[in-house]
Amino acid sequence: MSNTMKSWDNNPVLKIEHLTMRFGGLVAINDLSFNVGRGEITALIGPNGAGKTTVFNCVTGFYKPTEGRLVMARSGGEKYLLERMPDFKISAQAKVARTFQNIRLFGGMTILENLMVAQHNPLMVASQHTVGGLFGLPTYKRASNEAVEKAKYWLERTGLIDRADNPAADLPYGDQRRLEIARAMCTGPELLCLDEPAAGLNPKESAELNELLMYIRKEHDTSVLLIEHDMSVVMEISDHVVVLDYGVKISDGDPEFVKNDPHVIAAYLGVDDDEVDTVEQEVGL
Amino acid sequence: MDYFLQQLINGVTLGSIYGLIAIGYTMVYGIIGMINFAHGDIFMVGAFVALILIVTLGLSAATPVFLLIFALILVLVLAMALTAVWGWTVERVAYRPLRGSFRLAPLITAIGASITLQNFVQISQGARNKPLQPLISGGFQLTDGGPDGTGFVVQLSYMQIIIIVTTIALMAGFTFLINKTSLGRSQRACEQDRKMAALLGVNVDRTISLTFVMGAALAAVAGLMFLLYYGVIDFFIGFLAGVKAFTAAVLGGIGSLPGAMLGGLLIGLIETFWSGYFSVEYKDVAAFSILAIVLIFMPEGLLGKPEVEKV
Repeated sequence: MSNTMKSWDNNPVLKIEHLTMRFGGLVAINDLSFNVGRGEITALIGPNGAGKTTVFNCVTGFYKPTEGRLVMARSGGEKYLLERMPDFKISAQAKVARTFQNIRLFGGMTILENLMVAQHNPLMVASQHTVGGLFGLPTYKRASNEAVEKAKYWLERTGLIDRADNPAADLPYGDQRRLEIARAMCTGPELLCLDEPAAGLNPKESAELNELLMYIRKEHDTSVLLIEHDMSVVMEISDHVVVLDYGVKISDGDPEFVKNDPHVIAAYLGVDDDEVDTVEQEVGL
Repeated sequence: MDYFLQQLINGVTLGSIYGLIAIGYTMVYGIIGMINFAHGDIFMVGAFVALILIVTLGLSAATPVFLLIFALILVLVLAMALTAVWGWTVERVAYRPLRGSFRLAPLITAIGASITLQNFVQISQGARNKPLQPLISGGFQLTDGGPDGTGFVVQLSYMQIIIIVTTIALMAGFTFLINKTSLGRSQRACEQDRKMAALLGVNVDRTISLTFVMGAALAAVAGLMFLLYYGVIDFFIGFLAGVKAFTAAVLGGIGSLPGAMLGGLLIGLIETFWSGYFSVEYKDVAAFSILAIVLIFMPEGLLGKPEVEKV
């Protein structure tokens, strides 16, 4: 790796500093530090059980990290320490949104309603916490129309507009994945965390997903942090790749660098017994 | 037939009161999966708050009608607001600290909260029955007892009309609130996946508090109606009314708002018809038997949705 400044170290949107997460005796993440570049797509990869989802859970307030800092810097300059915030404020104030590996839509609600829930906060403010809304205040009507417009916009982008009034649970799997991204985008995030968005998608859907993510980054100034196993997605769209293994960062750089990093190859493919020494020497273990 | 009509009117009136209380049970169950056993006592507190307000304002049957209507609306609004504070407090003190604890813990504090409320009212207001002279009397005679005047006279009192109309209006308002407003949407979202709702920026704790507040406000309406209809309350009315309303919520399918309304109506009707045609002593047995039978054949209740396993 050269010593030149990397794009993600210059004004990063999220700085993860010395993050450690222990569950009793199990160290899920150990002293992990990396930056998520503003306006970039950062991929977090690693073998199963490497601690990728745990990182997401710390970032989005599911877990309180044992040690470390998570500094979210919004484009306006405000800084938030995510590890100290209650979960709903991470979305409402720090503007971090996420999706799940196992999709978590509100299955009993319609697709449109799913997107409207994501705009709960602006609507509550506009309706004076429902009271004004019930009396038909004009500010509320305007906000409500805007919310529907925003939802429509994302439904069009994700190709779900024709099914807006169907229950979310009735959608096929690939559409549910896209709806989850649309819903996350409706919160107006500056950082979008996607946990395996391409899992279970066929090649065509996977290509559409790449397109959607590129669009989000380009048109909406949203930085993306994604966990992905599908290397075609990772290598094609990410600007920056961080590799975890057993909770420790083993590689960090652009896709080309990571692809050829012997640490990564060893972690993913393993090595023959008689090569262990050579590889260990090479990677400096 | 006339007798049947009379029982129908009485049953719908009683069912309306049960339905209003049942909504509180069903909403709380829907959102945090817990039976709020103190809800019946919140209803009782609502009735007492209403009684105190009525006595303070010095209302009586002699008050001019125009003034009386205005004053009763004021009493209704104030009772809803004050009882809502009680509901909020119970949630804040007895349930929120235990959220995330094991399932039985909030159930135990619910029973504790119920006993606390009962005893508080018993000590502060006395254990005796509190009578209230009827404020609204009179009504319509729907039949005149036949040509010889010996038949049954069907009465529809103004009070019954007020109860039924208020209930219908409130239920319509509530259905709108839950289905169409942002608050209702976030409540339904919390019902399905609280953690996910929080990740979308919904303040889950506040949403749950508001659910308790709404349930308590409706219970206060039921309390006022009960007070005006029966004219006597004591610190223990919350227990039986609470059990009945809970039964109504389960019968209709707990977690379902229309289910609670339907369940309340059915329990009210079953009770009244049973007392009217068979025996007053066994009316509770009849209501609970029907519940048992329905649950055997439809475990989710009449309008409940079967539990969907999360993938």
